[in-house]
Amino acid sequence: MSTVKDRLPPLSQLGPFIALAVACTVFGLTTDNFFTAANFSLILQQVMVVGVIAIGQTLIVLTAGIDLSCGMLMALGSIVMTKVAQDFGLPTPLAILLGIGATTLFGLLNGLLVTRIKLPPFIVTLGTMNVAFAITQLYSSAQTVTEVPEGMTWLGNTFELAGNPVAYGVVLMVALYLATWFWLRDTASGRHVYAVGNNPEATRLIGIPTDRVLLGVYVLAGLFYGIASLLSVARTGVGDPNGGQTENLDAITAVVLGGTSLFGGRGVVLGTLAGAIVVGVLRNGLTLMGVSSVYQVLITGILVIVAVTVDQLSRKGGR
Amino acid sequence: MAAPQIVMQARGLVKRYGQVTALDGADFELRAGEILAVIGDNGAGKSSLIKALSGATIPDEGEILLDGRPVHFRNPMEARREGIECCYQDLAVAPAMTIAENLFLGRELRREGVLGNLLRMLDKKKMLEIAVERMADLKVGIRSMTQAVETLSGGQRQCVAVARAAAFARHVVILDEPTAALGVKEGNMVLELIRRVRDKGLPVILISHNMPHVFEIADRIHVARLGRRAAVLNPKRISMSDTVAVMTGAMKPEDIPADCLA
Repeated sequence: MSTVKDRLPPLSQLGPFIALAVACTVFGLTTDNFFTAANFSLILQQVMVVGVIAIGQTLIVLTAGIDLSCGMLMALGSIVMTKVAQDFGLPTPLAILLGIGATTLFGLLNGLLVTRIKLPPFIVTLGTMNVAFAITQLYSSAQTVTEVPEGMTWLGNTFELAGNPVAYGVVLMVALYLATWFWLRDTASGRHVYAVGNNPEATRLIGIPTDRVLLGVYVLAGLFYGIASLLSVARTGVGDPNGGQTENLDAITAVVLGGTSLFGGRGVVLGTLAGAIVVGVLRNGLTLMGVSSVYQVLITGILVIVAVTVDQLSRKGGR
Repeated sequence: MAAPQIVMQARGLVKRYGQVTALDGADFELRAGEILAVIGDNGAGKSSLIKALSGATIPDEGEILLDGRPVHFRNPMEARREGIECCYQDLAVAPAMTIAENLFLGRELRREGVLGNLLRMLDKKKMLEIAVERMADLKVGIRSMTQAVETLSGGQRQCVAVARAAAFARHVVILDEPTAALGVKEGNMVLELIRRVRDKGLPVILISHNMPHVFEIADRIHVARLGRRAAVLNPKRISMSDTVAVMTGAMKPEDIPADCLA
């Protein structure tokens, strides 16, 4: 007999929504401006960069990997696209493509090192994180790129929806989440991502080209980081060589909070969106409460540990 | 009496890994409608043999015939296309995925029309229907095909793995240690399932270390030794201890009584 308990998603998948509800209640009670449409619009704009990075991160974590280079690749992409537009006067679409191309290429590099040389993703991306950071600093001479063509910031503009401002970039983020959700849930190649994370050896023996699945995931993640680069330029209006530092950990936090297991093969990408919003709400709410940013870092850190603990315990208990 | 129909055959298979010769001219023969057990000590070459037959490895020399026709598998997918399904020890399933998803992993069905062609959307309903039907066919008593494999007991899980291979095989089912790590009752459940697979008309290659299970279920026993086939034995004539003696080399193949060979 199937009971209600069978039908409920596991705790790890409800986690982000519970955390979101708790955070909203606390901030709603303790601050005046939290529950306003304008504030929620702002939170979503603050979340869109981390949100899109976290899609790529989710894909990699689903294969039981981790990508420490995500934030640095995002910074690299935004420097490349703004700098080639500024220095060579390249047309905006081409400059954007070059920026996204740079992050995708790094994704390919990560993927090749993981699949061909069989290096652990943790070490590979720790390396490429530093390489990307250095290239970003060298290429930009550690200077912020301020001359940004208008076409590059368009996604930061807002339109009115029922009287509330919504950024185009937020719409893009939500669309990317829905597309990825569909892909992972309803197509064979999407299910193979789960299978690889679940039991790579069985998946290979069944005849699924697991290395191709993995490589595809890393390339796709690089593509998402590139789109996040564009969103970052759109949001800040500059190419920032020191960007991506908080995003790096925030993206991983969003994935883990969102209920995707670090052991691979379990998780839903929409949970990551909830996780990203939790991170955004926390940062926003704590700022409204006047809490210093060091405490925000502290709380995010504790949250990750709690989320990972829930993951580990539910995995043991679910046997 | 007509000669038995041979489904799969291998002649003189050689496989070397650096200095190590895993297969040293191994022969193999599988007849229609039988359960052929493959036994052998560690390093006797039984997994290399099975890997060659299932496309997981490419032999350096020798030939493999399927229904008398030479085949050259470069990967497991090509063997599967010929109707050969394999179920590997402990490695057969993705635990967090549902039973239906596991059955169709790597052979998913897409929807008809635009949803399937353009969006490549899966036909989950149809896959579920077929999963229910095939599992009922094999009399695997599991109530819901949409539950995750990890919610099942070890025996049920192994049944899913065996059924995964059996439900789609058209030619040969290869089972690698399907009863290892199972209790008595659960092991029997899997043996019952293997019998039903054979009774459906599919020949089964069963790799096992469990002698009582081999003697309970096998029609013939292929003994691998030192990279070759030492003998093919008839479990109804030879004793378990003599079989082990052949396997370890204590009994020379030429000393086996003729009526014990199969």
